[in-house]
Order: sequence, then C-alpha cells, then structure tokens
Amino acid sequence: MPVSLVQRCNLVLALYVALAVGAACGLPFLRLAPNRLLSGEPVYLSDVLQQQGSPLLLALMLANVALLCFAVWQPKKRITQALLILSMAASLAGVWRLAGQFASSAIQADQAFTRITLGAGFWTLVALAWLMALDAIDRLQLKSLRRLLLQIALMLPLLLSLNVGQHLSIAQEYANQRDVFGPAILRHLQIVLLAVVPALLIGFVLAWRMTRTRSLRQALFPVLNVIQTIPSIALFGLLMAPLAWVAIQLPALGRAGISGVGLAPAVIALFMYALLPIIRSTLAGLEQVPAEAINAARAMGMSAGQLMWQVELPLAMPVLLIGLRTAVVQTTGLAAVSALVGAGGLGQIMFDGLFSAANELVILGVIPIVFLALLADTFFKVLSSLIKKRP
Amino acid sequence: MMIRFEHTRKIYDGATAITDLNLDIPQGELLVLLGPSGSGKSTVLKMVNRMVSHDGGQILFKGKEINSFNVQDLRRRMGYAIQSVGLFPHRTVAHNIATVPRLLGWDAQRVQARTYELLQLLAMDPEQYAQRYPHQLSGGQQQRVGVARALAADPDVLLMDEPFGALDPVTRAALQVALKKIHRATGKTILFVTHDIDEALLLATRIVLLNQGHITQAGTPLELLQQPANDFVADFLGRADLGLKQLSLRSIAPYTKAIEGTEPSHTIAHTATLREAISQMATLHVSTLSVTGESGTVLGQVQATDLLEN
Repeated sequence: MPVSLVQRCNLVLALYVALAVGAACGLPFLRLAPNRLLSGEPVYLSDVLQQQGSPLLLALMLANVALLCFAVWQPKKRITQALLILSMAASLAGVWRLAGQFASSAIQADQAFTRITLGAGFWTLVALAWLMALDAIDRLQLKSLRRLLLQIALMLPLLLSLNVGQHLSIAQEYANQRDVFGPAILRHLQIVLLAVVPALLIGFVLAWRMTRTRSLRQALFPVLNVIQTIPSIALFGLLMAPLAWVAIQLPALGRAGISGVGLAPAVIALFMYALLPIIRSTLAGLEQVPAEAINAARAMGMSAGQLMWQVELPLAMPVLLIGLRTAVVQTTGLAAVSALVGAGGLGQIMFDGLFSAANELVILGVIPIVFLALLADTFFKVLSSLIKKRP
Repeated sequence: MMIRFEHTRKIYDGATAITDLNLDIPQGELLVLLGPSGSGKSTVLKMVNRMVSHDGGQILFKGKEINSFNVQDLRRRMGYAIQSVGLFPHRTVAHNIATVPRLLGWDAQRVQARTYELLQLLAMDPEQYAQRYPHQLSGGQQQRVGVARALAADPDVLLMDEPFGALDPVTRAALQVALKKIHRATGKTILFVTHDIDEALLLATRIVLLNQGHITQAGTPLELLQQPANDFVADFLGRADLGLKQLSLRSIAPYTKAIEGTEPSHTIAHTATLREAISQMATLHVSTLSVTGESGTVLGQVQATDLLEN
C-alpha cells in the first residue's frame, strides 16, 4: 500500500505545500522600518491578516489549501491541475495585493518616511506559488506554444495588480529610478548582441574550418575550455590593462570608444565566453550531417559555398540552435557582472542596490535580467520546434 | 568518343591503385566495370568526375582533358548515383531531384516538368511522392529517386557506383530492368561499377574486368563467358556455371520451331532466356515447351536437345 500511495500522490507538491505553510507562519511577510536605513521590525502574515483580513479572504485561502491537498492526493485529474493553475495565478496577485494594502494603510497611519519592505515570507510564498503552477502546467502535457501562453497568462493577474503595491518600498525604489530602467535594458541588450552576434559569425566559421582541419580543433578547444573556467570578474579585470594600453598606443581606437573600462572589456570577455557553446554545438551539428549527403552534393557539382548554405547549414541548424540558446542565456546573465567594469546595463542597477544596501533595488535589477534570459530561452525553443516541424 | 583513358595512373600513399589504364568508352555504351574488392573499379569511376584525381596519363571527356574543365561544370554534366544514395534528408523528393537543374539555373516551370517526367520514368507517381521526404520512402524508392536525381539535368554521362548493392533481390531486379529500359530509351553513356557478375551480364553492352588496377579482359558478356582470357577471368565469372551463364544471355526465339505432333502442355514466353527454358523443363520433367507470344498465342515449340547443342 505505501508504495502505491507514493506513486499516486504528487509528493513534490506536498513538499511545496509544507514549505509554504512553514513560510507563511514562520517567516516575516513584511518588514516595517521608520526609514530607508534601518532594517525594521518583522510583520508576519498573521499580523497582516488581522488588519486586512475579511471572512471572504479567509474562505478563499482555506479553499486554496483544500485544493492543494486534493491535488496532492489526486494529481491525475486534468481539471484539478487547471484549477490549481488558476488558484496559483490568483495567489501570486493575492500576496502582492495583501502586502500593498497593508503598506497603504501603514503609510497613511504613520509618517511618510516609513518603509515597508517585502520579507522572506513574501518571496518564499511567491516562489512556491510559481513552482506549484509550473508543476501543474507540466502535468497538463500541452504543446510547446500553449504551454508558453499559459506560463505568460499565469503572470497576468499579478501584472494587473501592480499599482496596488505603490506604497511598498520596492515600488518607491522603482519610482525613484524609473528613468534608469529603459536605457539600462537597451544597454544590456546592446552588450548581449555585440558579444553574441560576432561570436555566432566567427564561431560558425571556426567550427566549419574545424571539420576540415583537425589541428585547428586540437589547438582551439583547450584555449576555449580554459577561458570558460576563468571567473567572469577576473576576465573583465584581466582585459582592462591591455585594452587601456591599446587605447593609449592607438589613439584612433581610443576615440572610437575602446578603453580599459566600459563597453570594450565587457563585450570582448562575453564574446569569448559565448564562443565555446557556439563552436561546440556548430561542430556537433556539422558532424552529424550525413557524409553521403555531403559526398553526393560535391559529386553533383556544388561549390563549397553552395554545399555550406544548401546542405551543411540547414542540416546542422537544429543542433546549432541549442548552442546558440545556451550562449544567449549565459551572456544575458553574465552581462550583469560587466557593470563592474563600467559597461552599464541592468547590472548597474543591481550593484547600485548592493552597494547602498537597498535589497529591493537589487531585485529590481535582477527581475528584468531573468525576464530577458527567459525571453531568449523561449524564443529559441519556439524557433527549434518550428524547424523540427519541417523534417 | 565520350570518355577516353590514356595511360591513366592513380597512386594512393605510394601504392599504385591503377596502372596504365587505356580504355575508350563510346557514346551510348553501358560499360560495366567489374572486379573483386580492391580491384580499383570504384577509383576508375571516381576519376571521371574528379572526385578522385588521377596522378598520371590523361582522361578525356569529349576529347578534352577533364582537368581543363571547371570542376563544378564537369560534375554537373555527369549524373552520379551511389550505393548509399546520399539523398538530402531536409529536402523533398522533388527538391532532391531538382538539385542539378537548380544549380544550372533552370526556371521553376522547367524544373517542375522535368521532376515529374523523371518520377514517372522511374515508376513513381509524382502526385504521391514529389512532396515526401527521403525518410518516408523505402530503400528501393530512395534509390529510384537517386537515379532520377542523377538523370535530372540530362547529363552526357551517368556514373553509377554499385547503386543497387544494398537492395533486396526483388527490388534490385526491378531497378535493373528499369535502368536497362532507360538506357535503351535515352541512349545515355553509362559507367556502372559492380562486383555482382549476374548484374554485369544482365546490364552490360561491354564488360571491363579489373584486377589489381589492371584491365584483365574487356569484351561483351558473351565474349567473356565463351573465351575467358585466363584462369582469373574464368574463376571470377564462376568456372562451374559458365555454361549456365551463357544460356542466360540468349533468348529462346531463334530456337523456336514449328510444333511437331501434339502441342506440349506447358508453355513459356517467347522473351525467356535459354536458361529459364531449361530450368523450367527440369522442374516440370519435360523436354519440350510450347512458346507463346505477347497475346498468349502459341508460336511454336522448343526442345531441350536443340537448346543444349547451341
């Protein structure tokens, strides 16, 4: 009996529920501080509910818990999973609204300097609700595009309730820095594109040469592997001195914006990181092109260029895209660190928060980075599935 | 002369693969390069379209040394079909067949018309197969498409390197018949490599038997069977059944005589070979068969003694 119970129940969900109950009871939901510099007093979910709770809200919460328990017990039913997704979308918006309403009333009651920051309990609940929803979406076993739409729809209630939280400290931080975000996102994209596009072009040519010349492969792969093991901050640092020297020796390059700090070291380092996944996947893709097809193409009078565009590239594309996806996602994340050498981007916001001990500013910098990485990941997944459809 | 080898040599890593090859291939010939593994027959074929370069002597294509052609132009004028087929997995059947015509820049309408014509020639319904992908076809169908692709741009020469070697006997026989028909209908010059003696005897207008990079004997199938130049030729062709193989090259038509006495109860088609007739007599335990024409009318009879006297 215990075996079948383990097989039938959704134990992962059970763990999430247990953690959520623990976080709701034991971790501070919010922190209330008299000003920005002090860390403040913890406010637990029970305190918030005492002040903001209504019978309807309590009923909804109980229904939510009951649904979760049922989903742990009966995970097979699709209707259960569908309801669970709806309820988690509502919960994501719910905890935000609860925090926001508490903040609004606290600000009205006290003086304007009061800061209400989101606590560990809030973040844990959001993360768990998100994970539970993803688990439920997985269990519906949808096609990739529908799954994607559902994942986006999951965020809609939260996005529509954003202004309810305007008195929360995180919203105030955003309001203070509002003008910074647009340019930071553009700068971040600029860094990623300047690194990945050349890495794709040069990586492809190098990989293509490698299929012809064995010695090139033996020479290049060790170098790329070593680069990959250098911590990113160290690589940015290592590039600063030689680039500064180059800028002094060649003033023309210096005037063109090449210098030891700023965009140049960031883009060069990220380019080198992106090369390995791109070259490796391109090579793997090219190597799995059937030798007979290449042989036949040459025997029918295709030139090297025609062979590459008409036969090798299309047949290598599915594997190549996997490496390109890795490279773009990796570069989007690493680009954040490049703010340390003055390249700007979303990492700048993150580090500003870090150095001024404003944790919520850190989060405001991180969220768009995660969002961009997810967007890139999804884009390439959709592209791959489109290519696979055409066999 | 379509293709001429003059003192052609090929050396692989210091070892001589082809020594002093001299061979003329006139327009319209279906020349079979026959020989055991390592005899150099594939190398000879691949030297013609410069997939393998020759190290000495000359190879002339329409009177000009092949090295004087642009290599891509040369290859586009020679159809090429190989055992592993090498269809492009990401392209449809129609697109595969259209490869060389597209490289030559034919307009879309002409390409489409030619593709459909070739599919029909290879007994594949264009409506049904044109838009399929290679992995959706059987091995025999893939090789049919491979042959169609080789023929697509109406090349001067067709190079075929054991094209039917990987197929089951029934499919192989069907494709051999199809190739023979195509050769008769188009008069194309075909170079065909095989190690299968029966395939060579069936298809060839002339056989060149190679051994260790030399031509051991060249001649029509019947010449090789009747006057093997040496022991190697006789052994390679199968000494024990040389006679049977000769029988398989001859039609029963000249041996058909008027019916004497009662008409034999068993029949055979007038297109059958002597070998088929004798095999049938052996199975049925009879010594005469009546010969029937296309519509089933009796044309006469054949007798075992006549057939064996030759």
